[in-house]
This record gives sequence, structure tokens and C-alpha cells, in this order.
Amino acid sequence: MKILVPAKRVPDPNSTIKVKPDGSGIVTDGLKWVINPFDEIAIEEALRIKEKLGGGEVVLIGIGSKASSEQLRTGLAMGADRAILVVSEDALDSLGVARVLHKLVTDEKADVVLMGKQAIDADSNQAGQMLADLLSWPQATFASKVELAADQKSAQVTREVDGGLEVLSMPLPAVITADLRLNEPRYASLPGIMKARKKELKEIPIGDLGVDTTPRLKVLKMEPPLKRQGGRKVASVQELVQLLHSEAKVI
Amino acid sequence: MGDVLVFAEHVKGKLPKTTLAAIEAGRQAASRIGGACHAVVLGKGVDALGTETASYGVRKVFVVDGDALEHYVADAYTEVLADVMKQKTIDLLVATSTAIGKDLLPRVAARLGAGMASDVVHFNEDGTLTRPMYAGNVIATVKLEGSPRVASIRATAFDAAKKEGAGEVEKLSISLDPAKGKAKFVAFNETKSDRPVLTEASIVVSGGRGLKNGENFTTYLEPLCEVLGAAMGASRAAVDAGFVPNDLQVGQTGKVVAPTLYIAVGISGAIQHLAGMKDSKTIVAVNKDPEAPIFQVADYGLVADLFKAVPELTEEVKKLKH
Ligand SMILES: Cc1cc2nc3c(=O)[nH]c(=O)nc-3n(C[C@H](O)[C@H](O)[C@H](O)COP(=O)(O)OP(=O)(O)OC[C@H]3O[C@@H](n4cnc5c(N)ncnc54)[C@H](O)[C@@H]3O)c2cc1C
Ligand SMILES: Nc1ncnc2c1ncn2[C@@H]1O[C@H](COP(=O)(O)O)[C@@H](O)[C@H]1O
Repeated sequence: MKILVPAKRVPDPNSTIKVKPDGSGIVTDGLKWVINPFDEIAIEEALRIKEKLGGGEVVLIGIGSKASSEQLRTGLAMGADRAILVVSEDALDSLGVARVLHKLVTDEKADVVLMGKQAIDADSNQAGQMLADLLSWPQATFASKVELAADQKSAQVTREVDGGLEVLSMPLPAVITADLRLNEPRYASLPGIMKARKKELKEIPIGDLGVDTTPRLKVLKMEPPLKRQGGRKVASVQELVQLLHSEAKVI
Repeated sequence: MGDVLVFAEHVKGKLPKTTLAAIEAGRQAASRIGGACHAVVLGKGVDALGTETASYGVRKVFVVDGDALEHYVADAYTEVLADVMKQKTIDLLVATSTAIGKDLLPRVAARLGAGMASDVVHFNEDGTLTRPMYAGNVIATVKLEGSPRVASIRATAFDAAKKEGAGEVEKLSISLDPAKGKAKFVAFNETKSDRPVLTEASIVVSGGRGLKNGENFTTYLEPLCEVLGAAMGASRAAVDAGFVPNDLQVGQTGKVVAPTLYIAVGISGAIQHLAGMKDSKTIVAVNKDPEAPIFQVADYGLVADLFKAVPELTEEVKKLKH
């Protein structure tokens, strides 16, 4: 079974994000970069499936600047077999990402695509669903459990939805997007890191793919959010209830 | 110039507040574009819901009814929605970023080759849109090129549409090839709760890792929710630890709420949590660590052991209500 896992380079979720004074983007100086946390979960799931089946291949795909190879190496160190970096200096929108992935998934003849539900930079939550449609494959988004049938021809996926958990079954190939509770990703081991250096990481200039990636969604301007005026402390529960009643008038 | 179509999601035969917000957003968008705002209702046995939807100030409601639409599944719903979009030459599709909205809209966008903006909080006069990025650390002005276009909206940023006039209801028959929908609905394991729905409540009490276990949510937070008539929420840490069900998670990657009162108990206030509640009208934090970041956004902060403070709070509120 060949599993493709798209993985995006994003700022560490624990870092402080600041907007450039001219509003053209975020300040990247000194920022730490990581694999998008949801994609890390997708990689872990792909590795577990491969380990369980005792065979198969896990191929990572990154789209972005050459620096994204750092995150792909980390994914290879976790245990993925090889990686492809589609080099693009311009940021794509989710439709552009889905179109690039559509081309690669077709070329690679993947059986399953496992990816993150959302990239935590733009917070779009779109690419997986878009890819599924371009491929005319079924989709299972927000997965918290993935069970493959013994014949590897179908999957049953539990999804985190409003009001509870939904179970879907679908034939493969399919696109599955990971939610937080799917698993806890492993750390790359030292031998893993050593091995990763020798694994294949192929770079393809985006222009070579012949895919239209002109963004339909354009970011014109960025601003910091309005700051909330908080910070007042109360001395006791009695004072709190008093203020909620007579000042804030919310109870 | 073009028309707007609102996907009217319904839950248990009703239009939730989140859907009414989408209708309001659709009306706002239509007034910017200079077109009409329509809505679409999909499902099985949804004629009455179509009429109900038509009473919220939309020009037309398209109703597509059928067995294949009984349970929401992305493939079938995409097929139908894309068909309606084309038949009615819609310029902009709008729905709320609920679990269904998030699952469905990008798929429809891809089908139509349309650009999509997620979690829109405002449709601006000049045709641009406003949406948060980076867990709400950035407010971006964006533009969607071409037509049609797709936008999911954040329900907390729009008022609920009010009853106003009666739009026309038009039944559409769209035949679905049952063999084509590949994903099959198997089961829905509903979280049983007597509490108000998180995204509808005017008061939310959320618990975090500080609660230590699931029983403490029942022993300490439930009674407080009860006296306040509040919905219960939680941090990711509390959900990950299995204290409470997943759909209670508030935050960047969970639910976004903006009640009149939000009480955070034993929650540190990570940026990902703040992203889901910092637009609440009044925020209260109860935490034993005076340095916890949650206090920076709290209108009223109480530095205390929650196991002592929460029962007291429940008692004080009870007294107030009597
Ligand atoms: C990709 C990604 C997505 C995420 N999405 C979300 C999201 O949507 N929502 C979300 O909430 N988080 C999210 N997180 C996680 C977030 O970063 C934090 O880890 C999480 O919010 C912490 O939860 P917490 O505040 O309950 O736990 P902690 O940070 O451990 O805080 C517990 C708090 O309880 C207090 N406390 C302990 N005991 C007591 C007591 N007896 N009395 C009073 N106070 C006490 C402590 O002082 C502490 O401040 C996400 C993280 C990532 C990486
Ligand atoms: N530039 C990228 N490179 C690789 N994968 C990506 C990229 N952008 C998005 N993805 C994948 O698509 C998922 C959803 O992204 P988004 O629609 O941007 O929220 C992410 O979790 C990734 O798995």
C-alpha cells in the first residue's frame, strides 16, 4: 500500500506571531519552523498502517520554498520512506495546493492520502476536501480513528463532528484528514535521523508540473487583532459574583 | 453583480443559531455585491424546513429532498450543491464553519474551480473579506478572484437573521446516482447531554487540565453550569485526556464561541484556546497560578484553587438567583 502524506512547513505553534508594520506578512526573523502539527499526526498514522501491514511505502510531499526540505527530513527521520518537495517561492492557496497534490497523487498512483485537517498558519481547513473532489475519491475529514479492512480495499473512519463521533465507511482510494485525537506522533530517533540523511528527497520546480496554481484567494493586508483590555483581579468569589451582577450585568 | 446562496444546515429538524448567522452573513454579502440572497435546504422530508428558512428574509429557498440526502455525506451533498450553484448561476456560496460546513464547502469549491475563504468575519464594502489567520494573531483582508466563489463564515461574528417576510420556496429535483456516492454513513455516536449547545449558549463554563479528571467535571463544573444555565466547554488538554467528549473543545482547531459570559476554570490560556473564546463579552478566569496567560484577557480574574472556588461560586450564584 502506497500512502502519500502532504506535510507543510509552518511556524511553531508555541511561537509568538507578529505582523510586519507594513501589513505585508508576518515577521519571520527568529521564528522556529515545524511540520504542521496535524500533518505530523498524519505521518504517524501512515507509519502505523505500514508497520501493521508489514509493508508498503510512505511518501511525503511538501510544497514551498527550499527551506521546507528541513521539515521533510524530519518526517523521513520519523520513518517515512522518501519525500518530494515541489519548490515554489510563491505561497499557494488551498486550491492550488490541491491541484499540485492531484497531479502527484495521480503520478504516484497512491492508494491513500493521509493529511492534516488544517494548516495552522492560514487556518483554512480546505486542501484535503478539495483534493478528494479533484480525484473523485471519497473523503473522511477530522479522523480520530482509521481502521483498514483486512483486504486493504476499504476503510472505516471515525470522525470528530459536532455533537459526537460519526463513523463512515468507504472504498479505497480515499483522502483522510487527521484531527488531534488520531494518535500521538513519535519523535524522530537518533538512528532515524541518521537514516533520513540517506533517504531520497526529490525537488521538483513547481513550473515543471504544468498545473495552474494562480491563487483565487489573495491576502491583501495583515493586521494585528485588537487587544482585549483584561487583567483585572478580584479578591473573592463574593466580589466576583457582585461585579458580574451589578457591573458586567451578565448574571 | 451576482446572487448569494446560503447552505442552510439543519440539526434535528431545526435551524440552529449558527445557520441563522449564515443567513445574516449571506444577506450582508448580497447587499455588498448587489444581488439577491437565496438559501438551499437539503435532506429527507425537509419541505417544512424550506418554508421555515424562507421566513428569514431570503428571496428564494431551493429545496432538494431525497433518500440519498437523509444523512449528510460529502460526495452526495457536493453533487447536489454544485448542481444548484450552476443551475441558478450563483456568484457566492456561504455556509457556517460547522463540522459539516468545513467538510462540504471546500469540496464544492473544488468541483466548481472556485476560490474559497474560510471563517470570514466580515464582508467589506469594497468587496474584500476579513478573516483571522494564525490562531487569531492576524486579521487578514482577503479577496476572492473570479466567480463563483465560496466563503465559510464564523457564526460568532454575525447576528442571527430575524424573521422577515416570506421568500418563495422552489423544489428542485436532482437525481443522484446512488452507486456514485462512495462514502457510506455507518453510525453517529451522539454525545448525550442536557446542557445547552456550546455554540448557542449565552453563558459557557469551560474546564481545563486543572480539573484533573472527568469526574471533577461532573462534581465541580456541572452544578455551576446548572445554576447559570450554561453550556460546558473544555480546553484541548481536557479533551485529549478524555475528561470530556471531543465536541466540547473550544479553540483554534475546535469550536469558536462568543457568549456574553465565558468562565475559564483551570485553563492556562494558550493562544490556541484564546482563539476560540476571546471575543466573548465578559471573560472570567479561575486559576491558581497568578501568572497564567488567561488572566491577560480576563475581565475578572480570580486567583484561587478551583476545587474551593467553584463550589463557592455555585452557591453565590444560587443565592443571587433566589
Ligand atoms: C495544533 C494545535 C492545536 C491546538 N488546538 C487547541 C484548541 O483548539 N483548543 C485548546 O484549548 N487548545 C488547543 N491546543 C493546545 C494548547 O496549546 C494548550 O496546550 C491547551 O489549551 C492547554 O490546556 P489547559 O489550559 O487545560 O492545560 P494547561 O496548560 O496544563 O493548564 C492547566 C491550568 O490549570 C491550572 N490549575 C491546575 N490546578 C488548578 C487548581 N486546583 N485550581 C485552579 N487552577 C488550577 C494551572 O495553573 C494551569 O494554568 C492546540 C495545540 C496545538 C499544537
Ligand atoms: N504547502 C503545502 N505543502 C504540503 N502540504 C500542504 C501544503 N498546504 C496544505 N497542505 C496540506 O493540506 C492540509 C490542509 O491545509 P489547509 O487547507 O491549508 O488548511 C495540511 O494539513 C497539509 O496536509
